[in-house]
Amino acid sequence: MTTASPPAPADPVQGRGPADGGGRAGARGPARDVAGLGVGRALGFVAPALLLIGAFLVFPAIWTIYIGLTNYRLTGVEAVSPSMVGLSNYTKALNDALFHNALWLTLLFVLGSAIIGQNILGFTLAWVMRRTRPAVRRTVEAFVLLAWILPSTVVAYLWVAFFDRDGGTLNNILGTPGTAWLIDYPMACLVFFNTWRGTAFSMMLYSSALQAVPPSQLESARMVGASGWQTLRDVVFPHIRGHVLTNTLLISLWTANDFSPFLLTKGGPNHESETVPVYIYNVALQGGELGYSSAISFLLLIANLLVSLIYLRLLRRRS
Amino acid sequence: MAGIDIEGLATVYPNGVRAVDGLDLHVADGEFFALLGPSGCGKTTLLRTIAGLESATEGKVRIDAADVTRTEPGKRGVAMVFQDYALFPHMSVSENITYPLKVRRVSAATRAETAERTAGELSLDGLLERKPAQLSGGQQQRVALARAIASRGKVLLLDEPLSNLDARLRLEARTFLKKLQRDLGITTVFVTHDQAEALALADRIAVMESGKLRQLGSPREVFARPANTFVANFIGSTPMNLLPGTVSSTSGSDTYVDEVGVVSVAGGSLSAATFSAPAGAEVTVGVRPEYLTLASGDVSGPSLRGQVVVAENLGTQSLVSVDCDGTLIGVTVPEENEPEPGTTVVLTAPASRVLLYDRESGELLARQPATVA
Amino acid sequence: MSAGFVVRRIGFYVLICAITLFFAVPMLWIASAPFDKNPGLGVHWPDWTLENVRKTLEHPYAMHSMVNSLLICVTTAVAVTAFAALASYALSRVRMPGRDALLYGLLLLSSVVTGTAAMVPIFVMMFQLGLIDSRFGVALVMTGGLLPAAIFILKDFVDAVPKSYEESARVFGASTGQILRDVVLPVARPGLATIMVWAFVNSWGNFLVPFLLIRSIEKQPGAVLMQTLTDEGGSVNLQVLPVFSLLFSIPVVVLYLLVNSRYGFRFHGGIKS
Repeated sequence: MTTASPPAPADPVQGRGPADGGGRAGARGPARDVAGLGVGRALGFVAPALLLIGAFLVFPAIWTIYIGLTNYRLTGVEAVSPSMVGLSNYTKALNDALFHNALWLTLLFVLGSAIIGQNILGFTLAWVMRRTRPAVRRTVEAFVLLAWILPSTVVAYLWVAFFDRDGGTLNNILGTPGTAWLIDYPMACLVFFNTWRGTAFSMMLYSSALQAVPPSQLESARMVGASGWQTLRDVVFPHIRGHVLTNTLLISLWTANDFSPFLLTKGGPNHESETVPVYIYNVALQGGELGYSSAISFLLLIANLLVSLIYLRLLRRRS
Repeated sequence: MAGIDIEGLATVYPNGVRAVDGLDLHVADGEFFALLGPSGCGKTTLLRTIAGLESATEGKVRIDAADVTRTEPGKRGVAMVFQDYALFPHMSVSENITYPLKVRRVSAATRAETAERTAGELSLDGLLERKPAQLSGGQQQRVALARAIASRGKVLLLDEPLSNLDARLRLEARTFLKKLQRDLGITTVFVTHDQAEALALADRIAVMESGKLRQLGSPREVFARPANTFVANFIGSTPMNLLPGTVSSTSGSDTYVDEVGVVSVAGGSLSAATFSAPAGAEVTVGVRPEYLTLASGDVSGPSLRGQVVVAENLGTQSLVSVDCDGTLIGVTVPEENEPEPGTTVVLTAPASRVLLYDRESGELLARQPATVA
Repeated sequence: MSAGFVVRRIGFYVLICAITLFFAVPMLWIASAPFDKNPGLGVHWPDWTLENVRKTLEHPYAMHSMVNSLLICVTTAVAVTAFAALASYALSRVRMPGRDALLYGLLLLSSVVTGTAAMVPIFVMMFQLGLIDSRFGVALVMTGGLLPAAIFILKDFVDAVPKSYEESARVFGASTGQILRDVVLPVARPGLATIMVWAFVNSWGNFLVPFLLIRSIEKQPGAVLMQTLTDEGGSVNLQVLPVFSLLFSIPVVVLYLLVNSRYGFRFHGGIKS
């Protein structure tokens, strides 16, 4: 038998019993390259994706800044030789009543359909469905999910038919033939439409959040005789508060960027339902003002960035 | 078959943690060798460094006398069984077992034959077409072993081979593993945090702490003469009594060689043999509960006196806690011999079983080899 | 049973019925109108006929647009899956300098640069590249847009695959190529299938990108053709559009059910463009 190194390093600190284990968490460093890929090949693996993302996502986002500083137009002299106009597109936006209108309508749209509509309906569904019979739950969930997965043009067409003035289902149900909902109440229609369209996400998110509430806590609440509302407020809500916040941020972001309103109303009548995305499209491709619409796009990007940063910070804190 | 030589090996992580910190080790040809220690002690890192899955920062690894420190894992001639077995879920048992051969482009016929034979050796007959998910934990472990054996490595590395099995199955698998290693005679290194497993399986054990070797020896040596208080604490299913004491008299000359003396401890005294410390030295006295004897009457010579506090039934024996002058000392007694709580008892131990450790460093105050003096 | 309990029970079912009706009623039309002899915009029991289906199949652009959709979406789905698989594997398994920053950037990109926020520069860019009215151009733009999220979903998936699979293959002497082909690819197959379906469904329903970039009607995918036909109006379209809506929805629903039954629905927070 061969001997090993002297088993007694003169280290008084380490000699003392099981004080070890301090470096446990960090001890197994990040697993490095288990398949022997090598950094070179790994970069090669990442490169094609990064090139595509760079070309079709990052570059356009950055280019918006430049176009937004010019008077570039779809047609005419400025289409051939646009010139720098500094911040005048942004000062124009400050005084543009139609842009203010678009901002206001987007706010209404987000508040009505996302923050209130999808959030509340989604939570209600998740809460109510928790203890219903599986058959009932599956049926209800199937419809809610279907509304979410159908292609947006199909969904928009369904709602155009539903709201139609002549023979639309809504008028048949309410007995109000001849009411042109999309023309008389365009924003209300959009809020209903988007609540219907997007509730599935909140429902699924809240369902999984509710599953994480320890049943023992719900049972304790029942043992002390808390009412349904008290249970919700004192036991459930503290657990899902983080989810409510992140869910609200996400659906708000998506709703603010949603282009579907265009499919229902095209922003009309008379700009009454022209949310920011629709406004950008109308200014850029109907009006041809590419420079100005880029400036507005950039503002939308900044808003998205702010919401996303908050969202990621919340997510990181939670984990 | 081949031995493993490790020289001054260190594995340092990018965050500066020295997972393995300057280790020298030799594993003999055909030896069943255990790396034992608490989690985070560097034993798994050492095993993975031998396999080539981690790269050594300093030092050398030799397998069969060939320096493999910078060799790719697949070219070192090692076979490994992972803690989670790492059976490929999409391959059948037979495909799993022969994957090492497929990599080497061995013909399908030979592979089928190897699968058949290896499965036979490991009692996996009739399971060859199953997927890993359809097997029990014990079967999965044997498939992982079969795959390692079929790869015809020069050394076999096992990472916590029994930890994923439930308690009863673990004993069965332990016996199986020991017999298999004996039959194959393949040099085997295994990692475990379970001292009982290491004692039961290994020819030799390396006890590690914080990346360093704390003791190397046969299971008997490690159990009976722990080299320091760390090993003394770690080995044994009932913890060793480690008590502060003072050397009260020595019988030998002042060379401290081959002494027999008396230590005062816990209000009494014990005789100790073969230690090296002057009278008056502050020491930690270590004595295993199994080596203490319990008497009720008076005894001549050094002894401890105290009151029985509780007795815990361990099956064929009981662990009795005795309060000696405010210090709780554990003693094991055979079944049905437990004294009643409150009884006054006397404890003695053979001098050769009483170990003295340096109070400061925790190292065994061992008899120096005569040649040193 | 107390009276209060009964009232609450009834209220509960009324609530469920109301919610279900809210979600179901607008959809009923797509089930009835395609097979109605006198299709209108309201829901009513159909006077059964397959005439509308025949009309749709004979429509000069309807089936053609399906082929366009298929072309664009298969290209997109394959490209997204292939590039995301390569990238996510490398990002999950190899420690590269700047990896964490890159991942954070991708996560941000996937939600910040939306189609609506980037439509103007994308239009201008494709216009200057001469890729207007190109189905390939549409697929490229969609691929770029879906990749960040796809890399994230797949990286989550690869992260969950034990590294010991690759390590054991490596100890047994497999080369990197063999490890990828024999171990990683088969183990990751459910994830790849999920991401391919996800990319396909997302691009199938995407209206904005082809609407911006495709001009000629014979190159329009289904999503845009529906809008074109709606704008035209007229009674012919009342025969064609319902059937077309139904046909256009089928692939999405089928794929969704397929993924759901094969792999179970995996909840990817934040993932839907």
